[in-house]
Amino acid sequence: MPFGNTHNNFKLNFKVEEEYPDLTKHNNHMAKVLTKEMYAKLRDKQTPTGFTVDDVIQTGVDNPGHPFIMTVGCVAGDEESYEVFKDLFDPIISDRHGGYKPTDKHKTDLNFENLKGGDDLDPNYVLSSRVRTGRSIKGYALPPHNSRGERRAVEKLSVEALNSLDGEFKGKYYPLKAMTDAEQEQLIADHFLFDKPVSPLLLAAGMARDWPDARGIWHNENKTFLVWVNEEDHLRVISMQKGGNMKEVFKRFCVGLNKIEEVFKKHNHGFMWNEHLGYVLTCPSNLGTGLRGGVHVKLPKLSTHAKFEEILTRLRLQKRGTGGGRSVRGGHSLPQLPTMEGAADGRAAGQPAPLA
Amino acid sequence: MLNKSYLKEVFQSSMLKDVMQPNIMFVQCHLLSGEVFILYCVTIISKNYSNIIETLNFKRATHYNGPYTVLQSVRQFQQPIQAQKAGLDGKQVGKETLPPPFTVSILSDGPRSQRSLSSLRSLSDCGNNMASSFSRILSSKRNVGILSLVGAGSLTVGLLLNREQHVSAGAPVRRVYPASAEYPDLRKHNNCMASHLTPAVYAKLCDKATPNGYTLDQAIQTGVDNPGHPFIKTVGMVAGDEESYEVFADIFDPVIVERHNGYDPRTMKHPTDLDASKIRSGQFDEKYVLSSRVRTGRSIRGLSLPPACTRAERREVERVVVNALGGLQGDLSGKYYSLTDMSEKDQQQLIDDHFLFDKPVSPLLTCAGMARDWPDARGIWHNNEKTFLVWINEEDHTRVISMEKGGNMKRVFERFCRGLQEVERLIQEKGWEFMWNENLGYILTCPSNLGTGLRAGVHINLPRLSKDARFAKILDNLRLQKRGTGGVDTAAVGSTFDISNLDRLGQSEVHLVQTLIDGVNFLIECEKRLEKGQDIKIPAPISQFK
Repeated sequence: MPFGNTHNNFKLNFKVEEEYPDLTKHNNHMAKVLTKEMYAKLRDKQTPTGFTVDDVIQTGVDNPGHPFIMTVGCVAGDEESYEVFKDLFDPIISDRHGGYKPTDKHKTDLNFENLKGGDDLDPNYVLSSRVRTGRSIKGYALPPHNSRGERRAVEKLSVEALNSLDGEFKGKYYPLKAMTDAEQEQLIADHFLFDKPVSPLLLAAGMARDWPDARGIWHNENKTFLVWVNEEDHLRVISMQKGGNMKEVFKRFCVGLNKIEEVFKKHNHGFMWNEHLGYVLTCPSNLGTGLRGGVHVKLPKLSTHAKFEEILTRLRLQKRGTGGGRSVRGGHSLPQLPTMEGAADGRAAGQPAPLA
Repeated sequence: MLNKSYLKEVFQSSMLKDVMQPNIMFVQCHLLSGEVFILYCVTIISKNYSNIIETLNFKRATHYNGPYTVLQSVRQFQQPIQAQKAGLDGKQVGKETLPPPFTVSILSDGPRSQRSLSSLRSLSDCGNNMASSFSRILSSKRNVGILSLVGAGSLTVGLLLNREQHVSAGAPVRRVYPASAEYPDLRKHNNCMASHLTPAVYAKLCDKATPNGYTLDQAIQTGVDNPGHPFIKTVGMVAGDEESYEVFADIFDPVIVERHNGYDPRTMKHPTDLDASKIRSGQFDEKYVLSSRVRTGRSIRGLSLPPACTRAERREVERVVVNALGGLQGDLSGKYYSLTDMSEKDQQQLIDDHFLFDKPVSPLLTCAGMARDWPDARGIWHNNEKTFLVWINEEDHTRVISMEKGGNMKRVFERFCRGLQEVERLIQEKGWEFMWNENLGYILTCPSNLGTGLRAGVHINLPRLSKDARFAKILDNLRLQKRGTGGVDTAAVGSTFDISNLDRLGQSEVHLVQTLIDGVNFLIECEKRLEKGQDIKIPAPISQFK
């Protein structure tokens, strides 16, 4: 939770040993990396908005983790967090993104014309195609740390940007706190509506504060381009449609993102991006592209094959239930693994993004 | 003659030259008449200045002729101060603007200064935790000598050494947007905070912070995140430290008035009375009363409360309290079970005894930040007889519970008082004390628990009375409350209820327990009459504040 700036200074009156968290029973990336010495080095720092190392690690301290699933255990409160606390974030990023080094550069390519094929995935098997990513608006603190004023400013700017879209992107914004029952029903039926987070990973990071203030959903009339505002990130952008034309989905994704970015740039609030980390998002696991491209696919025979998991791993793919990161139902959705380029191995198969 | 320049001269005495960075100065002045005035002024002296820069304010203390009085008045000056900068040779080299400091008022001193201190906080430009060291210095008898000088008409200057400042002062709260952009949307809310937090009050308080850095936004977060229930009006805000009640008085005071049925901390005084010998007829008929219990909470002065405490502070609370509890003897002697390293066997035993508390799941608590770092520095202490129990770092620094099976409420309360007073004595030996002041009584995290923080209750079986239509009204008039036997928010099992006092603030512990005892006896009488087929009467409503 964001404290007043003086709170961190006040903590410095206590010795490192007294403040250092007990991580003996913890199994997450933060706990692996945060030694007492590192904590001592970072604890008197804060970002320009006042985010401190204790704010970064609170979610990891409160959620010791699971023996099988390695969560990240830390979040960024603003763009500068990744710089001010790089001693902590760099090894975590490296671990999470398959050895990505602090000196590596991330390549961004949103030119849909560079995509080969993808327009003919057999619709007898592929039920739907989807690409999602996140974007953060430069100059504003991120969901763990932002104030109501900042969150509302992000909403206002986002809605302005989205309402300026036309053609296939023309759409409407539905703020969570002013939704009619009919609208809510429709959004649920379309599987668009998002709820207040219940995961302790998110709650402990302070992302559900002031819910549902300044949260909302925007989608185009065709229901093929959807944006979540102020959920886990400033923006979550989703392009999807039924069937197997991933090329079209990706084209819409790229075009839509570029159009939105133009509007933000005009207001001097482009997206948070740098050449090392790519697109900057709240959770280190989403850095780089923040991209999850996937399909809902029916594989009744292959999925029962003994080598299914290995095939997926070698193809750098991950499977989930069709409910998303948490459920297991019916067919399989196959997103691809790495979110940062230059990472040879990416995430291990079967690991869902911890904050999604 | 006691004026600025005289004091300045005194300050520049040799005693001061050795001191690099004092922040707070207090002056105790003994007058010829034998009266004692305590003056305080706050000055800022930073590393760059070798002289006292400027004394900001002299405030005449309360005229003191009693053993002690209560204090607490931390006010934050809005204006920055002009300071003279002096070079190492003492020559003035220029002026500089220093950020607004705090003034601290100490309103009393005296032989038993235990209750006489607020937590003194350091200035806004360093988040120093001087309060604990300072209050400890002043509370232990040997250090009162520092303050007072021999002889009438003498002037004593006390100095408190500052620890090294870590960073230069910044604005207490990061404010990029005006208050109107930050004001929460409370249109769908039903809690005490939402009822009283107008945009004007928010604008006034939103850029203030307590000396430890606790802000209004944090205090109200739980109320913003939990809109409430049409039938149950929650409080909707918490205190992060003792000073919260002062710094954010403009919102806390009306909330307290509403929650405590008209008790106004601005004008009224809260009586504390832990003399169990005053209790009359505290033995209930055990045909009806199954168990008796009294609980309260206590906070350790100088350490932040659960919504705001750092890990170190929480561990310090644990250390201080467990240390004190270790000194209890006789029927009170017992053992501490830390939540972090509890054996399976101990855990099962505590569950069987219904002593174990769990990580809070209620969003009212989690949104206030009270479950951070769980289970670090949390634990349970109980005596060998399992009749005196202390929870450490759950919703408050400590929750103290005395209980036993049966209806001997007088004995339960006697043990309660004895245990509390013993623990208080033991922490005072080490220079600590409980948070308390004469308007709010014992300071706890939630405003609903201010005053006595006391809930005295019984588990009672009232098969006939509970079905009578007048039951609710009878309870109401007796200032009693019923709950299920699982505690707050549970339903009753059969016809067994938890009956306890409604009030917390404005009446003393003895008074509240006596009210409970009288009320329960009345309920038992009603039940007996109904058994015999006789009619019952609704009692006249009890008046609240004496």
